[in-house]
Amino acid sequence: MSCLQDTSLAEANSFSPSMPISPSSMINQYKFEDEPELKDLFVTVDDPESHITAIETFITYRVVTKTSRGEFDSCEYEVRRRYQDFLWLKSKLEEAHPTLIIPPLPEKFVMKGMVERFSDEFIETRRKALHKFLNRIADHPTLTFNEDFKIFLTAQAWELSSHKKQGPGLLSRMGQTVRAVASSVRGGVKNRPEMFAEMNEYMETFSHKINILDKIAHRIYKEEREYFNEMKEYGPIHTLWSASEEDIADSLKGVASCIDKCCKATEKRMAGLSENLLPIIHEYVLYSEILMFSEEIGKLEDKVECANNALKADWDRWKQNMQYDMRSAFTNVADNNLRYYEECLATWESFLASQTVDHHGEEDSEDRP
Amino acid sequence: MLLKDLSYGGNDQRGGRVGSLCFVWQMLHESLFPSSEKMEDCLAKKMEITVSEAEKRTGRNAMNMQETYTAYLIETRAVESQNEGQCSPVDSLWRRYSEFELLRNYLLVTFPHIVVPPLPEKRADFVWHKLSADNMDPDFVERRRIGLENFLLRVASHPVLCQDKIFYSFLTQEGGWKEMVNETGFQLKADSRLKALNATFRVKNPDKRFTELKHYSDELQSVISHLLRVRARVADRLYGVYKVHGNYGRVFSEWSAIEKEMGDGLQSAGHHMDVYAASIDDILEEEEHYADQLKEYLFYAEALRAVCRKHELMQYDLEMAAQDLTSKKQQCEELATGTVRTFSLKGMTSKLFGQETPEQREAKIKVLEEQIQEGEEQLKSKNLEGRDFVKSAWADIERFKEQKNHDLKEALISYAVMQISMCKKGIQVWTNAKECFSKM
Repeated sequence: MSCLQDTSLAEANSFSPSMPISPSSMINQYKFEDEPELKDLFVTVDDPESHITAIETFITYRVVTKTSRGEFDSCEYEVRRRYQDFLWLKSKLEEAHPTLIIPPLPEKFVMKGMVERFSDEFIETRRKALHKFLNRIADHPTLTFNEDFKIFLTAQAWELSSHKKQGPGLLSRMGQTVRAVASSVRGGVKNRPEMFAEMNEYMETFSHKINILDKIAHRIYKEEREYFNEMKEYGPIHTLWSASEEDIADSLKGVASCIDKCCKATEKRMAGLSENLLPIIHEYVLYSEILMFSEEIGKLEDKVECANNALKADWDRWKQNMQYDMRSAFTNVADNNLRYYEECLATWESFLASQTVDHHGEEDSEDRP
Repeated sequence: MLLKDLSYGGNDQRGGRVGSLCFVWQMLHESLFPSSEKMEDCLAKKMEITVSEAEKRTGRNAMNMQETYTAYLIETRAVESQNEGQCSPVDSLWRRYSEFELLRNYLLVTFPHIVVPPLPEKRADFVWHKLSADNMDPDFVERRRIGLENFLLRVASHPVLCQDKIFYSFLTQEGGWKEMVNETGFQLKADSRLKALNATFRVKNPDKRFTELKHYSDELQSVISHLLRVRARVADRLYGVYKVHGNYGRVFSEWSAIEKEMGDGLQSAGHHMDVYAASIDDILEEEEHYADQLKEYLFYAEALRAVCRKHELMQYDLEMAAQDLTSKKQQCEELATGTVRTFSLKGMTSKLFGQETPEQREAKIKVLEEQIQEGEEQLKSKNLEGRDFVKSAWADIERFKEQKNHDLKEALISYAVMQISMCKKGIQVWTNAKECFSKM
C-alpha cells in the first residue's frame, strides 16, 4: 500500500505547473511505486503558446524533463510539443504494449459547447491533463523505458518529425479508435475467461459510476459558481444601505465585509474542485472508455502467457492507483470544504464579537455564548 | 431546536411550538422594555397576546360566492404578577386577515401622526424556488401567523395605540366588531390618496425634517427590496449546492458494491453527504425568519411615508387657507378704498357695466369681513393643529428610529449567529466525511 501518502500532496500536487527545484523535493509528489528506488525522471508540461501560420492556429506546450538516468545524454531537456505529438506518442505506446493500460489523453474536441476551443479555461484544462498523461507514463514501470517516450521527451522538433515518418506500425496509427485499442488489450485476455469476466463486470459498473460522478462533480462546480455570482452582489447592498443609516451603519458594513470574505472563500473552494477532483474524475472517465470491453472480439493473434501476466499486473496496478487517486482527491475535497467553513466561521465570529461588545455596553457580556 | 444557538432563552409558552414565537416575543420584549423606560400603561404589559393557530375556512363572501380563507386564533390572557401556579383564563376569538387590515386602516386614519406598525405581506413576495407563492401554503400561513402576532404585539406595546378602544375590542370582542369600527365613521375622515399626492407636489414650505424623512424612507424601501431579492437568489443557489451533494450518497453506495477495500469508506462517506444535503432545509427555514424581520421594516417605510404625506397635506391646507385669507383681505381693501390693485374679472365688468351702488358695496364688504374673521380663526387653529401634529409626529418618529435601530441591529446579529451555526454544521459533516474518505 502507499506509504508515501502525504497530506502536503494537496498543495504540492502533481498538477503544479512549476518545476520543482530538485528531484529529491519531488519525491513526495509521486505515488509509491513497485520499485523501491527513488524516482529518476521528472516531467512537467507548462507554458502554452499560440502559433499562427497561414494554414492553421495551434498551441504548443513546453515539456521539461529532468533525469539522472544513464540512457539520457543530458540531465535536462526542454522541448515544445503540440497535441498531435501526444496523440502520436499514445498510439506508439499502444502499439508497443497492447496488453498494458495506456493512460488516456484529454479529448481532441470539446463537445459540450461550454468551453470554446483555445479559451484560457480549455487550454489550462488540457495542459493539466497532458501533464498527468506524461507523468502516468513516467511512473509506469514498463512504459517509462519506452524508446518513443524518450524521443518524445528529448528530440528537437525536426528530429521528432523525421522519427515519426519512419515505418508503419502493426496497427494503423492516427485513425485508431478507442474500441480497436480495447480489443487489442482484450486480445491478451482471450485466454483467461475468468479474468476477462471479472474485469468486464467490474469495469461496466465502474464506468457507469464514474460517469455519474463526473456529472455530479461538474454540477457541484456549476452550483458553487452560481452561488458565488449571487454572493458578489449580496455584500455591496449592505454597504449601500449603510450610507443612509447612522446608528446601524457599522453593523451593516460589518455584515458586508463578512459576506465579501465568504465570497472569496467560496471562490477558493471552487478553484480547489476544478484543480483537483474534476480532472481526476475526468481522467478515470477516459480510462473507463478505454477499458470498457465491448462484445466484438479482437482480430489479433493470441498473445503468449507472459502478456496475460503483464496485463494482470498492470490491472492490479491500475486499481491500486485508482484507489489512491480517489482517496486523495476526495480527501482534498473535504479539506477544501473544511477550509472554506473555517474561514467563514472565523469571519462571522469576529463580526459577532465586535457587535456584542458595543451592544451590551455596561451589561455583563458573559451572558452571550 | 432551530434557535438553540441564539442567545435568547425564552420560555416556550405553548408546549409544542418551537422557538419562533419566543424568538419574536423575546426580541420585542427586549426592544420595548429596556430598563430605562417606564411602560406600565402599556397594554402589552398587562395582557399576554398570541396568535396561536391558523385554520382553513370556507364561507360566503359579500357577493354570496363561496370562498376559502384562513382564520387566525387570537388568544389573550391577563398577566398575573408574581402569582405562582395561578393562571388566569384564556380568552380567544377568530379573525381573518381582512379584519386585521380593517383595524390597521382605522388606526392609520385615527392616528395620522403615528408610524403605525405594518401587517405581514398579503401575498408571498421575494420567494425563491422552493418557497411557494401560494397563500394557502402551510409554510406561508405559518409565517403569516407569526407576522400577525408580531403586529398585535407592536400595537399593544405602543404608548398611544395600545389605549385605543377599537384595538382592545379587536382582541376581546368577537361579535359586532366590524360594525363598531364602521360606526366610528373613520372612512369619512380618511384623506384621499389623490389629495395627498396633490399636496406633495404643491406644498411650498414643508418642514425640512419631514422632507428628509421621506427621502430616507424611499431609500430604505429601495435598499431593503433589493437586499431581499438578492437574498432570495442567494438562498436558491445555496440550496442547489447542498442538494447536489446528496447525489453522492447513492452513487457511492452503488460503487462501494464493486470495491473491496474502498467499499466501507465510500459507503459511510455517502451517508455524511446525505446529512450535508439535508441540513440546508432547516438552515434556510431559519433564514426566512430573518427575511421576515427585514420585510417588516420594508413595510414600515410605507408607514413613515404616510406620516410625511399627512404633514404635507396639513401644510398645504394651511398654505391654501392663508392664501385664501390674503386674497379676501385684498378684495376687502379694494372695495373699501375703491382702488383696483389687481386685475379681476369683477373689477373689469363693473368698469364696463357700471359701478355698483354704495349699498351693494357695503354689503359686500360686510360679508367679506365676516369671512375674513372666520378665516383668521380657522388659520389660527390650522396653525395650531399643524404645530401639534409636527410635535407629536416627530416624537413618535424618534421612538420609531430607536426601535428600528435596535431591531435591525439585533436582526443582523441573529443573521451572523445563523451563519456561524451553518459553518459549524458544515465543519462537522466534512470532518466526518474526511475521515471516511481517508479510509477508502
